[in-house]
Amino acid sequence: MNTAHTPASETILSIRDLSVALPASGDRSYAVQDLTLTIHPGEIVCVVGESGSGKSVTAQAVMGLLPKGQLQPSSGTILLEGEDLLAASPDRLRDLRGSRMAMIFQEPMTALNPVLTVGDQVAEVLHIHTTLDAAACRARVLEMMRAVHLPDPERMIDAYPHQLSGGQRQRIMIAQALILDPALLIADEPTTALDVTTQAQILKLIREMQVRRGTGVLFITHDFGVVADIADRVVVMQHGKLVESGTRDEIILRPQHPYTKMLIASVPSLTPPARAPVTGPVALETTKLSKIYQSGGGWFDKGRIVRAAHEVNLSLRRGETLGVVGESGSGKSTVARCIARLIDPSEGGIWLEGENIATLPQARLRKHRKTVQVIFQDPFRSLNPRRTVGQSIIEGPTNFGLSEQEALERARDLMALVGLSPDALSRYPHQFSGGQRQRISIARALAMQPHILIADEAVSALDVSVQAQVLELLDQIRVKFDLALLFITHDLRVAAQICDRLMVMQKGEVVEEGATVDIFKNPQHPYTKALFDAAPGHDFARSH
Amino acid sequence: MQSRSSTTDTGTLAKWGQFCRSHPFTAVAGVILIVLVLAALLAPYLGTVDPRKINILPRMRPPSPQAWFGSDQLGRDVWTRTLYGARISLMVGLMVALMSISLGLLIGMISGYMRKLDAVIMRVMDGLMSIPGILLAIGLVSVSGASFITVTIAITVPEIPRVVRLVRAIVLSVREEPYVEAAIAVGTKTPLILWRHVLPNCVPPLIVQATYVAASAMLTEALLSFLGAGTPPEIPSWGNMMAEGRIVFPIAPWIVLIPGCTLALAILAVNVLGDGLRDRLDPKIAKRM
Repeated sequence: MNTAHTPASETILSIRDLSVALPASGDRSYAVQDLTLTIHPGEIVCVVGESGSGKSVTAQAVMGLLPKGQLQPSSGTILLEGEDLLAASPDRLRDLRGSRMAMIFQEPMTALNPVLTVGDQVAEVLHIHTTLDAAACRARVLEMMRAVHLPDPERMIDAYPHQLSGGQRQRIMIAQALILDPALLIADEPTTALDVTTQAQILKLIREMQVRRGTGVLFITHDFGVVADIADRVVVMQHGKLVESGTRDEIILRPQHPYTKMLIASVPSLTPPARAPVTGPVALETTKLSKIYQSGGGWFDKGRIVRAAHEVNLSLRRGETLGVVGESGSGKSTVARCIARLIDPSEGGIWLEGENIATLPQARLRKHRKTVQVIFQDPFRSLNPRRTVGQSIIEGPTNFGLSEQEALERARDLMALVGLSPDALSRYPHQFSGGQRQRISIARALAMQPHILIADEAVSALDVSVQAQVLELLDQIRVKFDLALLFITHDLRVAAQICDRLMVMQKGEVVEEGATVDIFKNPQHPYTKALFDAAPGHDFARSH
Repeated sequence: MQSRSSTTDTGTLAKWGQFCRSHPFTAVAGVILIVLVLAALLAPYLGTVDPRKINILPRMRPPSPQAWFGSDQLGRDVWTRTLYGARISLMVGLMVALMSISLGLLIGMISGYMRKLDAVIMRVMDGLMSIPGILLAIGLVSVSGASFITVTIAITVPEIPRVVRLVRAIVLSVREEPYVEAAIAVGTKTPLILWRHVLPNCVPPLIVQATYVAASAMLTEALLSFLGAGTPPEIPSWGNMMAEGRIVFPIAPWIVLIPGCTLALAILAVNVLGDGLRDRLDPKIAKRM
């Protein structure tokens, strides 16, 4: 890590004054402007920034993968081991990709071809860049698959991507990227789509591979926890410009630029604040709530049975925030969707205002629709793009007999409440940012004057600074309307900050339940402990 | 707000103008189609005579300044009959497109949204799809006699399943969208969800599909008429004209060639227009190009 006195000739990647022009119709003229950064052998440089900061464009520019005709490097140089990539011919770039520089992507499922075995896809790199025969290729691939700690490589080499877990697919991507020992590895949010426990393993693997092979890594992420775990040096970007760079400790412990300070301050701490127990009336109870999915099957075969949720008991009081945390497939969203009756539970009861709504037919369910409202994860898909914001917000109230005029009046008040201008009612969702859309979704839910609000990963798709604001808004409205908030999340940091109580779910079952402070201080179940250990950036949490 | 919406209106117009410049074939196809429609509508005023008037003396006259497209073996004016034939052809295209799209839309939405009915409806559609349109037409004509309506129904029925499948696929993907779930969560009733949230997503692809349906319906109508199972012989249609002119083709080729070429031009225009609309309305394909 003693990069200061490494001679310049030993830099792997040197980007000087790089600017990438945006098409004239864009909201700014450069996607990346005057960016300078260097990567030395065996060094991990993290590029951190929120969406639209230009970090992915930088990676694409290095790889020569900028979308043709839309983005064009307009000035500067990119030197890979002294060779100018911006001046290189497409043939030369093709040669370099895979052999001297390689990239891994966020979504390991779509980055792999579903109709080829993973072994063939790793071997493809060898076929293109080497003259090894089939047997030698296979041997190299097996060796590489062992190196990335894939279990039983002899069997897995002939598997198809869908037969592997997300973490295993990302390991395959890493094997593919590193098999020719490239000097530079670009990792574009490689763990963002993975569960925390898997993320921790993949980060460890990237660290291990990079140390052993002396690879330089350009690691793109939005997550300061990951930065704290993996970075040697950090580059912070905003609106296409570098705002600050330095060693990990400099940036995380002593940030200078206000933007960096703001980003770091927005990361929720892993230490939950003390909260008084909530004593309001019980708004919602579930008893042995279960959801069973049956796939396949026919007349003679029962098919595969998946217990998405198994005998979940929860109770939620007015004014309380109950967090349901777990990894993907833990059943946390299933529980939420059952309670909102977006799917029908298989067994068990959902008690709302003294009535069991678990088995109510749609017609009789309708009056309860007002009571329970949902905020969805994806702010870009939860509003109908063809309807104005106003139309979306008043849809619910007008369903229940409010006149359009009264509903619009209510919508105007709510827009002010969620921090948006009432004028925005006549605009369409695409005119708003992700955070603004999530505010609109909150206004739509509140327009029904619910008692219970379900937030299903409602802040997961947002940048940290926006996330902090939306969390604050959720907390405000919970107090203002005495709401019962069911908060579904995979993010322990977020859960620590907003939840009074926590339920930890694994494979459809609740494994631990209790006050947030108690669970964070003293987790009982091994799975909860594993989750906490895997949460990125423990050092960061302590120093923060 | 008012000024903003008016700027988007001019923006849309400008976009269409730009689209026509970048897709000149689509623009030409549109113009050809407009000319054909006008010609069909204004047929009585365009120097035509009674299309059924038989005139023994000027039989099989080649095209001349007096009779632009010549006359057929019964002395009827080919120019007149071609224009009146356009009425039949375009009408069949329009009617079949409208009927198959509206019925297909209805059935497809029900099938896509009400899963219990889906299996039944789709098997019925599979059955319909396996009926060859021409055989159905011949069957219907032999039962109820040749008429414009019989032909239209006969061509519509086998087209419906294709539309149903398209609509069903769109509904199946849209119903999973979070904004549809949000609508369910605020208590919107199913018919309203279909109308407000699902239907608008079906419209652009259906407009494109409608052009293909219309083109193939025009072709099928001509074919049926040519075989004698289409519009009755007393009504001038391009298929009828070609069927009757076929025998005298070696001596009077224009009787077949003029309606034949017009038919080809019309179908080409509709298809090219459909392709252009697809590029304009389907952003996924437009991006790829």
